[in-house]
Amino acid sequence: MQLARVLGPLVSTQKQSTLIGAKLLLVQPITADDQPQGVALLAIDSVGTGVGEKVLIVSEGRAAGQAISQPTAPVDVAIIGIVDEVNF
Amino acid sequence: MQLAKVIGNVVATRKDEKLTGHKLLLIQPITPDRVASGQSLVAVDSVGAGVGEEVFVVRGREASFPFLPIEVPTDLNIVGIVDHWSTDNANR
Repeated sequence: MQLARVLGPLVSTQKQSTLIGAKLLLVQPITADDQPQGVALLAIDSVGTGVGEKVLIVSEGRAAGQAISQPTAPVDVAIIGIVDEVNF
Repeated sequence: MQLAKVIGNVVATRKDEKLTGHKLLLIQPITPDRVASGQSLVAVDSVGAGVGEEVFVVRGREASFPFLPIEVPTDLNIVGIVDHWSTDNANR
């Protein structure tokens, strides 16, 4: 899992049928001290986050599809939690 | 998933038989500021995208899921055409 910051929403009308109804958010992976790290990703939101929030994402393996209860959805990044605080 | 722009198409006559009938497109990953990011890649298309369109792609094993139960040997699939997006620059 990775920390990320929500950049904003993305709208797509024409998409794969298993993605219909899914909320899509652009997220920027960040380091523990809140610095951008790597390229921005497009994530499915399963917890109801908003723009600017610090979130927890999964971006590898089958975890993303399982997060939205659709194991065969073509999804590789999902927001699975909102971060309250990080201590290190 | 990642943002990308479709920049061309790829024709391959001789290929894995499970790829037969699938459109192959050349894509360039982009950032939310529309700047090219990384190398261009070849993706299969499952939504009917065309050259010049902004799309999002899924990577890895999940890329073959739209074609189940046929297991198409691909690791990159265009799964949506982007209408628009917005970003809050204060949080960049």
